[in-house]
Amino acid sequence: MSRYTLVTSILNRFTGAGLSVGLLLFVYWLMAVASGGRAYAQAQHVLAHGIFKVLYAALVIAVCYHLVAGIRHLVWDTGHGLERAQSQRSAWLVIAVSLVLIALVGFCLLSARGQGA
Amino acid sequence: MSSLRSPLGRVAGLGAARGGVQHWWLQRLTSIALVPLAVWFLVCLLRLPAFDHATVTGWMSQTWTAVLLILLLLVACWHSQIGIRVIVEDYVHGAGARTLTLVIVTFAHTFIAFAGVFAILKVAFGAAR
Repeated sequence: MSRYTLVTSILNRFTGAGLSVGLLLFVYWLMAVASGGRAYAQAQHVLAHGIFKVLYAALVIAVCYHLVAGIRHLVWDTGHGLERAQSQRSAWLVIAVSLVLIALVGFCLLSARGQGA
Repeated sequence: MSSLRSPLGRVAGLGAARGGVQHWWLQRLTSIALVPLAVWFLVCLLRLPAFDHATVTGWMSQTWTAVLLILLLLVACWHSQIGIRVIVEDYVHGAGARTLTLVIVTFAHTFIAFAGVFAILKVAFGAAR
């Protein structure tokens, strides 16, 4: 078992589990929106806490990685890219593409915040 | 070996790919659906000018937004339930503990899915004031 396969595989599982926690947060937010303006303002106050900001950053990273790594798994399911050299190359490709995606989303988020949104 | 079936499988009368393939297939199906849905959701969130109540409800009460949000939520819950199930099956040992964990995981996902869908519909129908 090569290390790159091990790491990319366990990271996919790890980020997936993290996104399940993100689903809880997503539904909490939806419930807050549905509960009206005042309840939403209270929830916004809770969700602005520093702990949640760390969580948002982690969720952005998890979404980007899980999305890209998941596409790699779907390609594997078609029977392509399973050779050792190919899977090593795609492991690096997954890491590179997800890092670019994380940077892109992060840049959009930070520049939107810079505009006062 | 003339047959690919394991001796244990033959004795138990069970094939390898009967009920087992269902979860595998559903996980792939939900994965494929989640690729465009997740990208759509990310782009929408990034393009929202603000996160105040009026802006968010205005966005969520658009017909296509509500439909796609419900789809995203249901497919994501389904995908998550299967994924967590696999993790539980790998790491929780003992039949009793495993079954109990799977019951809780499934109930939690169902609860989350229904709560979320209700919330989206309530906003979409203009009842979230």
